[in-house]
Amino acid sequence: MLTYIIRRILISIPTIVFVSIVVFGLQLLLPGDPALALAGEERDPQLIAELRRIYHLDQPIWRQYLIWVGNVLQGNLGESIRLKMPVGDLVTAKLPVTMQLASMAILIATCVGIPMGIVSAVKKETILDYGANVVALSGISVPSFWLGIMMILLFSVNLGWLPASGFVKPSESLSQNLKTMIMPAFVLSSVTTAIFMRHTRSAMLAVLRSDYVRTARAKGLREPRVIFRHALRNAIIPVVTLGAIQLGELMSGAVLTEQIFTIPGFGKLIVDAVFNRDYAVVQGVVLCTATGFIFLNLCADLIYFLVNPRMRG
Amino acid sequence: MVAVAATEDVLIQRPSAFRRLLRRKGAVVGLVVVVVFVTIALLAPWLAPYDPIATNFLLVRKAPSALHWLGTDEIGRDLASRLIYGARASLQAGVISVMIAIAFGVPLGLLSGYSKGWVDSLMMRIVDAFLACPFLILAIAMAAFLGPSLTNAMIAIGLTQMPIFVRLIRGQVLAVTVEDYVEAARALGNPHLRIAVRHVLPNIVAPVLVQATLAIAQATLAEAALSFLGLGQQPPEPSWGSMLNVARQFISQAPWMAWWPGLAIATVVLAFNLLGDGLRDALDPKEV
Amino acid sequence: MKRVVLPLLALGLLTSAASAQQNLRIGLAEDPDILDPTLARTFVGRIVFMGLCDKLLDIDKDLKLVPQLATEWSWSPDQTAVTFKLRQGVKFHDGEAMDAEAVRYSLDRHLNLQGSFRRSEINVVKSIDVVDPRTVKVSMGAPFAPLLAQFTDRAGMILSPKAAKDAGTSFGAKPICSGPYKFVERVQQDRIVVEKFKEHWNAGAYHVDRVTYLPIVDGTVRLANLRSGQLDLLERLQASDVAEVKKDSKLKFASLTGLGYTGITINVANGDRAKTNVLAKDKRIRQALELSIDRDAINQVVFTGEFKAGNQWVPPTNPWYVKSAPIPKRDVAKAKDLLKAAGVTNPSFTLMVPTGNEAQQVAQVVQSMVKESGFDMKIQQVEFATSLQSAQKGDFDAFLIGWSGRVDPDGNLTAFIACDGGQNDGKFCSPQVEAALKDTRSTSDFEARALAYEKIAKVLADEMPRPYLYHPTWFWAMNPKVDGFIPVPDGLIRLSGIKMN
Repeated sequence: MLTYIIRRILISIPTIVFVSIVVFGLQLLLPGDPALALAGEERDPQLIAELRRIYHLDQPIWRQYLIWVGNVLQGNLGESIRLKMPVGDLVTAKLPVTMQLASMAILIATCVGIPMGIVSAVKKETILDYGANVVALSGISVPSFWLGIMMILLFSVNLGWLPASGFVKPSESLSQNLKTMIMPAFVLSSVTTAIFMRHTRSAMLAVLRSDYVRTARAKGLREPRVIFRHALRNAIIPVVTLGAIQLGELMSGAVLTEQIFTIPGFGKLIVDAVFNRDYAVVQGVVLCTATGFIFLNLCADLIYFLVNPRMRG
Repeated sequence: MVAVAATEDVLIQRPSAFRRLLRRKGAVVGLVVVVVFVTIALLAPWLAPYDPIATNFLLVRKAPSALHWLGTDEIGRDLASRLIYGARASLQAGVISVMIAIAFGVPLGLLSGYSKGWVDSLMMRIVDAFLACPFLILAIAMAAFLGPSLTNAMIAIGLTQMPIFVRLIRGQVLAVTVEDYVEAARALGNPHLRIAVRHVLPNIVAPVLVQATLAIAQATLAEAALSFLGLGQQPPEPSWGSMLNVARQFISQAPWMAWWPGLAIATVVLAFNLLGDGLRDALDPKEV
Repeated sequence: MKRVVLPLLALGLLTSAASAQQNLRIGLAEDPDILDPTLARTFVGRIVFMGLCDKLLDIDKDLKLVPQLATEWSWSPDQTAVTFKLRQGVKFHDGEAMDAEAVRYSLDRHLNLQGSFRRSEINVVKSIDVVDPRTVKVSMGAPFAPLLAQFTDRAGMILSPKAAKDAGTSFGAKPICSGPYKFVERVQQDRIVVEKFKEHWNAGAYHVDRVTYLPIVDGTVRLANLRSGQLDLLERLQASDVAEVKKDSKLKFASLTGLGYTGITINVANGDRAKTNVLAKDKRIRQALELSIDRDAINQVVFTGEFKAGNQWVPPTNPWYVKSAPIPKRDVAKAKDLLKAAGVTNPSFTLMVPTGNEAQQVAQVVQSMVKESGFDMKIQQVEFATSLQSAQKGDFDAFLIGWSGRVDPDGNLTAFIACDGGQNDGKFCSPQVEAALKDTRSTSDFEARALAYEKIAKVLADEMPRPYLYHPTWFWAMNPKVDGFIPVPDGLIRLSGIKMN
C-alpha cells in the first residue's frame, strides 16, 4: 500500500519534468518575436534589442531553460513581459477564479448528471432513458462557445436577466458574483454533466445486475431502498474518482468559456499570453495546471485504491 | 493451429458485431447522419445553389428568404452554399486529424507496450506530460507554430490527440500479450514483429475504431474552436468554425449567421458520438 | 485580529457609500498594459492615463495644442529649442509639488529608462534644463516641428519623482502623477479603479467621483453589458452595431473620425520576396491594383458606411489632408489597360492579413474587387505577433495593416516611408520624398509644411507603395444619463465635464 503510493508519487516527478520541457518547447515552436510583439506599433530597433537582453531572449534556448528551471525551483515563475508582474502573483490572483468556476461546474454536473444517470439506469430503455441520453450526448456535442453565445443572446440581450460578462469578487458581493458566474459555470459543466450521467448510468446498470442487488431484492426490500442503499453506494465510487480527474479537465476547458464571458481566470490569461508571446506566463500557467492535473490524477488513483483494495492500479 | 483459431475468431466476430450495431437505434441514427454529411461534403459542388465565395455587396447580411434560404453573410455570400462547402472542411478536419493521430499513435503504442522496460516507462511519462497540458493550449500553440491554415490545424489536432492513442494501444498490447495464444505463439519461436502484426494488431482494431469515432467528434469541435480563434480554415473558403467566428460579431443583427453552423457542428458531433457509443457497445459484449 | 477587521469593514462601507453617488463605469476594448507612462505601449492604456496623468500639453477636438501642465511655450529663433512655463501650485497625488525639476526628471526617465517606449518618440531631445522652478528648456540638435505634439501624449506625462524613484520599474503597479484622478486599485484583466483627486489644479471641471475601467474584449458582450446597465460608457463600439445603437432610445451615441488609417503595404524592395513579387515589378501594376479598389464600397460593406474612405496618411477631414490629391474613382477598364501596358495579364500575389474579423472582411472584399481587373489575390491569415516578424523580414507580397494615428502628420508618415524608417516594411525609398520629409520637420510654419506634404502625396500617388484604404471612426455608446462627453480625434476619453444625471 505505502509502496504503491510512494511509487505513484515518484512516477509523477519525471512527468512534471517532461511537462516543463513541453511548455518550454512551445517557446521554440511559436513563431513571432516576443520583443517585437511587445513593441507593437513602437518598433524601435534599439528598444527591441534592449527588451531581448532584459528577458534573456538573446540567449540560446537551453540556457533560457536552465535559467527558468533554476528560478522555478526557487519558487520564482518569472515575470510577465506584457503585464510586468510576477507570474506567481498572476497565478495566485487567477487561480481562485478558475477554481470557483470549475467547482461550480462540478457542482452543477453532480446535481444534474448523477440523478439523470440513476433515473436512466433504473428506467432503462424507457422514454426517460432515451431523453437523458440525448441530453447527455448533446452536452458533449454542442460547441461550448456556441452555447455560450446563445445563452448570452437569450439571457442577457433578450431577457436581460443576467449580466453578459464580467466578474465580481465573492468577497465584494456574493449575489453579484453568483449572477455573473452561473452562465459560464453552466456552459462549462455541459460536458462534465454528460460524462457523469453516462458513467453513473453504466455503473448503476452493472451494479443492478450484480448478485447482491438480486439478493437484496429477493429478500423483499423495497425498490428505492435497494437503489439508494445498495446499488448507488457501489456505483458512485468510480464517479467520485472521475470527479477528481474532471476537475483537472475543467481547468483547461475553462479556456474558451472564460474567453467568451471575459472572466479573468486562468484560461483567459493563458490565451492572451499565447497570442502576445508572453512566454513566462504561458510556461508558468501551463506548469501549474499540469501539476494540478497530475496531482488530481494521483488523488483519483489513491481514492480508488483506498476504496477498492482489490485494485492494484 | 492456435494462430489460425485466433484469426478465425476475429473474422467471425466482425459480421455479428456489425449486426449488433444495426440493432441500436442511436447508432443507426448516428450512422445515417454521418453518411448524409459525408455525401453532402462529397457532392458539395452539385448541391450548393451558389458559389460559396461569390460576393454580392448589395445583399449583405440578409435574413433567410426564397432566394437564399439560409440567408446571406457579412459580405453577401449565400450561407446555404457556405454551409454545404463548410461540411468538407469540418469532416476533413475530423477524419484526417484522427488518421494522423492513429498513424503515429498506433506504432508508438505498439512499441511502448511491446518493449516494456525503460523505453515503455519513458514513453508513458512523456504521454502523461502531454495529457497533463491543456489540449486546446497545445493545439493553439501548434497551430500558431505551423501557421494558420486548415491543413496545419488538422496536423495540430492530430498530434495533440496522438497521446491518447499511444496509451490506449499500449494498454491493449499489455492485456493481449498475456493471453494464452500469444504466449503460445511466442513459445513456438515466432519473431516479435510477426506476433505484433498477426496476433496483437487484430485485437486492437475494435478499441481503436471506437476511440477514433469519439476522437473525430472531438477533432471536429477542436477545428471549430481553432477556426473560432482564427487559426483554422482561411478565408474566403468556408468552415463551420470560421463561419461561427464571424457570426459572433453580428449576433444581434444577424443571428441566423450563428444558428446554422452551430447546429451543423452539434449535429455532426452528436452523430459521431452516437456511432462511437454504438460501436463500443456492439464490440464489447460486457457493456450494456 | 477581529478588532482590526471591524474598522476596516466600516471603512469599506464608507467608501462604497461615497462611490454610490457618481461612479462612472467605462467598458474598454482591451486590457491595458502596464500603467507606467514610460513603459506603456497600448492605445487602451492611454485612455486610462487620461485620468491619471496630466501632460505638458493637450489637444482639443480640432487638434489644436492647449495648455495643461505647461501654460505657455515658445520656440527658440532657430527652432531647435522649446521653453515651457509651468502651471503653479500643481500637486502630485502623493502631495509633492510639480515643478521644473519634476519635468526634467520625467523627460529624462522617458529618454533613459531601460525598455522605455518613449525614447523613439522624443529621441531628438538632446538636453533638458531647469531654468527656474517654473521654467524648463528642452533643446534638440536640429529643428523638429513634431516635438510639441509628442508632449500631448505619454511622452509629455509628468510623474512624481519621489514615487518613481521609490518604486523603480514597479511604478506602474501604483502610478503617481498629477492627473484629476488618482489610482485606487487594479485587478488584472478585470478592472482599474481611480477616484477623484481633490487637490487637482482644475478639480472643479471633474464631476465624477470615481471611475472604473472594465476591459471587455468582445464587442458584442461589451454592448450587452451597456444595455443591461453594467456599464455607463463604452469605447470602440463595433461599426456593425452603430445602426442599432443609433436607433435605440435607451442609449446615447457619439462618433468622430480618428487619426489613424488602414492600408496595404507593398513589398517593393525588402528581401527575396520583393524579387518575385509581381507588385514590385512595375508601378503600373500597383496603380492598377489601386484603381481596382472601390474604397467607398469597402466602407459600406464592412463598416456600414461609418468609417471614412481615404487615400492619404491623414483622413480627408484632417487639416493636413492634401486636397489636390483626391481619392481616385474605381476604374476597372483603366486598371486592365495598365496591366496590359505593364505586360501582365493575371498577376498573382498574396495579401498577408492579421487575424481578426474586420481585417478578414476587408481582405475578402478587396479580393473580390481586384479579381475583376484580373488580379489573382490570395489571402494569408497570420497571427498578429507573427505578421510583425514576417513584415520586418520582408516575408510578404502585400500586407494589410493599420496604424492608430498620431496628432502630428509626421507620426503617420515618416517611419513608414522614409528610406530608413523603422516601420518601412516594404522598403520603399525615394529621394524626392526624403527631401520633402526633411522640409516638413524643419519648420513649425503650417503653410511651408503643407507644401512639402503636397509634394509627397504626388510621389506616393504615382509610385503607390502603400495604397491607403480607409480611416477608422471612433464610436462611443453610453447611457443617456452620461452627459458632457466630448469626442476628440485621438479617441481617448477626457473625463473633464462628464456628469452623471
